[in-house]
Order: sequence, then structure tokens, then C-alpha cells
Amino acid sequence: MNKINFLKPDNQNLSTYLYSGSFLFFIAVLDVFLSSFFEMNITSFLPNFVSFLLPLILGIIGLHLIRIEFSGIKNLDLLNKHINTNTFNAILTLLIIFTIIKSIPPIMSWFFIDANIAGDTKEACTGSGACWTYIKIWLNRFIYGMYPNEFQWRINISFILLIALAFVGLIPSEKIKKFLTLYYVVVYPIIAFILIYYLISGGSLGLEWVETGAWGGLSLTFIVSFFCLIFCFPVGMFLALGRRSQLPTVRYISVGFIEFWRGVPLITVLFMSSVMFPMFLPEDFFMDKLVRVIIAISLFEAAYVAEVIRGGLQALPRGQYDAAKSLGMGYWKMHIFVILPQALKLVIPGIANTFLALVKDTPLIFVVGLLEIVGMLNLAKTNPEWLGFAMEGYVFAAIIFWIICYAMSKYSYNLELKYKTER
Amino acid sequence: MSDQIIEMKNVNKWFGDFQVLKDINLQVNQKQKIVVCGPSGSGKSTLIRCINRLEEHQKGTIIVDGNELTEDTKDIEKIRAEVGMVFQQFNLFPHLSILDNCTLAPIWVKKMPKKQAEELAMKQLEQVQIVDQAKKFPGQLSGGQQQRSAIARALCMQPKIMLFDEPTSALDPEMIKEVLDAMVNLAKGGMTMIVVTHEMGFAKEVADEVIFMDEGMIVEKQPTKDFFANPKSDRTKLFLSQIL
Repeated sequence: MNKINFLKPDNQNLSTYLYSGSFLFFIAVLDVFLSSFFEMNITSFLPNFVSFLLPLILGIIGLHLIRIEFSGIKNLDLLNKHINTNTFNAILTLLIIFTIIKSIPPIMSWFFIDANIAGDTKEACTGSGACWTYIKIWLNRFIYGMYPNEFQWRINISFILLIALAFVGLIPSEKIKKFLTLYYVVVYPIIAFILIYYLISGGSLGLEWVETGAWGGLSLTFIVSFFCLIFCFPVGMFLALGRRSQLPTVRYISVGFIEFWRGVPLITVLFMSSVMFPMFLPEDFFMDKLVRVIIAISLFEAAYVAEVIRGGLQALPRGQYDAAKSLGMGYWKMHIFVILPQALKLVIPGIANTFLALVKDTPLIFVVGLLEIVGMLNLAKTNPEWLGFAMEGYVFAAIIFWIICYAMSKYSYNLELKYKTER
Repeated sequence: MSDQIIEMKNVNKWFGDFQVLKDINLQVNQKQKIVVCGPSGSGKSTLIRCINRLEEHQKGTIIVDGNELTEDTKDIEKIRAEVGMVFQQFNLFPHLSILDNCTLAPIWVKKMPKKQAEELAMKQLEQVQIVDQAKKFPGQLSGGQQQRSAIARALCMQPKIMLFDEPTSALDPEMIKEVLDAMVNLAKGGMTMIVVTHEMGFAKEVADEVIFMDEGMIVEKQPTKDFFANPKSDRTKLFLSQIL
């Protein structure tokens, strides 16, 4: 078959094609750019329909012209190989570029250009964009909840101390390294609890007591997430081991526990923890609402963690168990030194998944009257003086949650790399 | 007999309905080397896995170093610590370096001080000529090196008996020799060994007795020379004619 080399470059006229293709592509992008940013239509002399489609058509022709096999120019070859392999890909590429260009101005104007942050009242927000004044005024509540302003230094100090103590692992000393696991698994949570109990809750040491109902906002999100993460992991681990136990009693209890907690919605669990649970307790026995909620979420998530870890345990070849046993290791030694280190390494992505879900589930504690950051947003949204700013609030919360979750996800990815050994 | 270290009497074992071991009777004396051969599925591996109770037998008695293995055996870990085992798939711990693989059990099972355990491990690694790989991880070693490390790991527990479950079957042909050499050295050192293998050259060189198994039964048990020179049963003759 005679292949007509229509509009296809060869080595002689390569630069002609390159320049004309780039020029057409540039015109196409410029047209979209101008109409998006400056509302100018440089093709207004054309019929509406043609004017609308022109950038796409010009772009397709332009990309077609520069689609040169093995031009020898590295970047051009990369471009052709990845985003310009055929006309369909070229169209997709163009559409994505146009969408990005088109969406930048409205986003920018909402977030920054037409947004307001000055002033203290709703009236200060005159622009058509976001009203960051609202976030600014309420920021204190979004972070500390109803915690009295004059005591907020207690929360600050606790969190600064805890963050500082979390970096102990970075001290490069062999002596300390031995105890790091013990420190992070046992000592650190205890320190955290003591700080929260004595400093944030107060009631002794000359500090005024602040009831947990007044806690809230982002600090409550952190407190709930932190303790739930710490508790659900070991519980989940034991459940996973229990589910694979040789002892029928242990196995059935674990299976029953896991299936029960996985079978009920978290919101039900939380509701029951605050309404039903106290009914089963003796009259004079009091357990704080926050403690009940933390226990409920921990047990709920532990069931998920257990199944994730069980997946890791099952992925290990039976030979590892055989080898450990043949060396005389008992059940616990075998699991602590041989099985769990390998299984947990395998399930880091799954565990991270569960933990992210846990953090994002914390807003549900509003059902028992605890208002963390989203709860506070909902409260502020209904304030008569600040009606109509739900959007800003939710965008703010989304950004905060995204930062937390992205940090966790990055951390888990680093852990994965750190413990990667060849098999 | 005072130097008898393993005794199996009428041992039977089933996997579900399938009988894998039928009336096994076997005595092993100290320092004796026994090679077990036979077609696949004949129960060789199960037999030696019963000796350190990685598999449980349902009928009969197994006595290892004076302790009978039963369901009630409390200190099964203690017995296992005296019986080293080397597997077909090496089964090194991939998350630990070779040295840590060797010192893990001595430190945590035998409560040996870390320094002493490391010295012992280096000595054993030297025996199998792999000292220079001590800091590496199993995944970085060749199959032959891994299997030799596995032998060293088992020896670090200073066992009285060594069990080998087809130690060369998963290796490239080139690496079989280095592993067999390590095993020959071990045999010369006077270790009690039970080896499941198809390496008849190895059997001829070190074994005192060769056992031929088929369909869960010991078909033939003879001193090495007689086993190869004049096997009694037709099944053994057939087997030998096929692999020699």
C-alpha cells in the first residue's frame, strides 16, 4: 500500500514542522488563557461555534505537527511518548490543559482576589469571594472549642511538650535506641495521658477543672485521634493473633468481637457508648463521656486493624513458623521476633488506611455532644450573626484534615521505605 | 541401649483420611547418620517433621533424648532446641541479618549473653565458610549461601540431632556441592543426622544406614553398602535403577 506522507515531517523539514506546530499550539493556549483571565475573545470575528472550538482544533493540528518519531530532541520525544502518542491523547491533553487554565481564575478569585479577611463582623465581607473574616474571628473556637480563653495556655503547653517529646527518636544515640519501642509504645502514651489529665483537664495542682464537654475544636480532634490510634493498634494485634489461635475459646471470642464491631455503624457505637453504656454501670460509677467515646472508637477501629494485621499474618509463608519453632521458640517469642515484625511491615499501607479513616471518623463524636473541629463549624454556621458562611467553614476543615491526613500518609510511606528489606 | 537418642515405635499419622505414616519403627543411635530416600509423597518429610513435633503423630510413641513426645509435652520448646532442622526452602528470617538470624534463638531461647552468642555464631558461620556475609540480609545471598547460613543457624543452638529436609532440592545444581560439603564436614564432626535427600552420592559418603520409604512405610532399612549393593525389595531396586 502506498503510504502518503501527508503532513508528516521528515528530517529535512523537521524544524519547519516543529515551529509551525508549536506556534499553533501556543495560539490555542493563548486564546484560552486570554478568554479565561481577561475575558477577551481574540476570535470574536468568527461565528460563535467556530470561535468556541477553535483552540481545540488549532491545538490538535499543532500537536499533530510536532508528533515526530525519534526527533532526537529529548524533551520533545518524551512529550510525544507520554502525552501526544495519537490524536485521542492529544485531545485529552488539550482538554486537561484548557480545564486547568479555565479553572484557575474562579478559584483564585474566590480564595484570594475577591476574598475578605479584614474587619470583625459579617459586614466587613463585601466581596463576592470567601469571607475569611469568619474563620479569623472563630479560629480560636475552631482550635480550642469552648475551652475558656484564659486557660488555653494549658492546651498549648501540653501539645508543644508532646510534639517535642515525639522527636526523642531522632536523638542519635545507641543507648537510647534500645528503649525507643518501649518509649513510644508505653512511656509516651502515659506521659500524654498525664499531661492531658493534669494540665488540660485540671482539677488539681491549683489548676481549675475544665470539664470535657467544654473541650473541642482541633485540639479535641488531636486528643481523640491520638488515644484511639494508640489503643486500637495493640488491641487489634491481639485480636488478629486470637483469631488464628489454636485455642477454640480464644478464637471464638476474637471472631465474635471482630464481627460484632465490624457489623455495627460507628455512629451507633458512639450513641450506645453515651446512652446505653451507663445503664449497665453501677449508680455511683462515673466514667467521663470523652473516655467512653475514646474506648468506643478504639474498639471499633481495633476490629478493622485486626483484620488488616491478619492479612499480613496470612501472607507469611508457613516455613517462617516452622523455622522459628524448630529453633525452640515458643508462641510469644516466635511472634514477637519472627512473625509480627514481618507481618506488620507488610501491612503498613493497610494500617495507614485504617488510621486515616479513624482520623476522619472523629467528627462523628458530635452525636454525644462533643464538638471537635467540624462540630464547632456546624455550631458557628448556625450562629445568627454569622449565617451563610458554611462554605468557608467546610473548605477550612477540609484543608485542615487534608494536611493531617497527608502528613500521616507521607509518614507511613517513609516507614515503608525504612523497613524495606529484600526478601 | 544407652546411646539411643531417637526411638519411634509403631508411629501412625493421618492427614484427614489419608494415612501418611504407617507403623513406622525407627531407632537412631548417637552419632549415627541416616539418609531417608523415596519417591515424593512417601512421607519422608512428615517422618522427620514428627521428630521435632512440627507435625503431630496420632498413634505410636516417639521418644527423643529420653522425652516422649505427646500432646501433654510441656517443654516441647526445650526438645526442639536440641533438635536442629534445615529446610528445603531455607526459611531464614528475611528481616534479620545473617548474624542476627544465628543469634536470635541462642539469646532469647537459651538466654545466652549477646556477646557469647555472636562469637558462637561467627564460629559456626566460619565452619560453613560464610563469615564475610554475616552482616548481609538473606535476600542478598545466593541459594547455596542461604542454605549454609540456615545450617549455621541451626548449629548455633548446639543441638544433639540435626534434621535435614531435602536441603539441596531447591538449589541450582552448581550450589548443591557447597551445601553438601558443609553437611559432610558436620557429619565428620560426629553429629547425629537424619537427612532426607535424593543425593545418593552424599548417602554413600556419609550415611551409616539408608532408609527407603514408600507410601508411608519403611520399605527397606539397611547399612549403606548393602542398600546399594543388594537391595532386598523390588520397589527399592526400581527406585535405585531410576535415580542412579
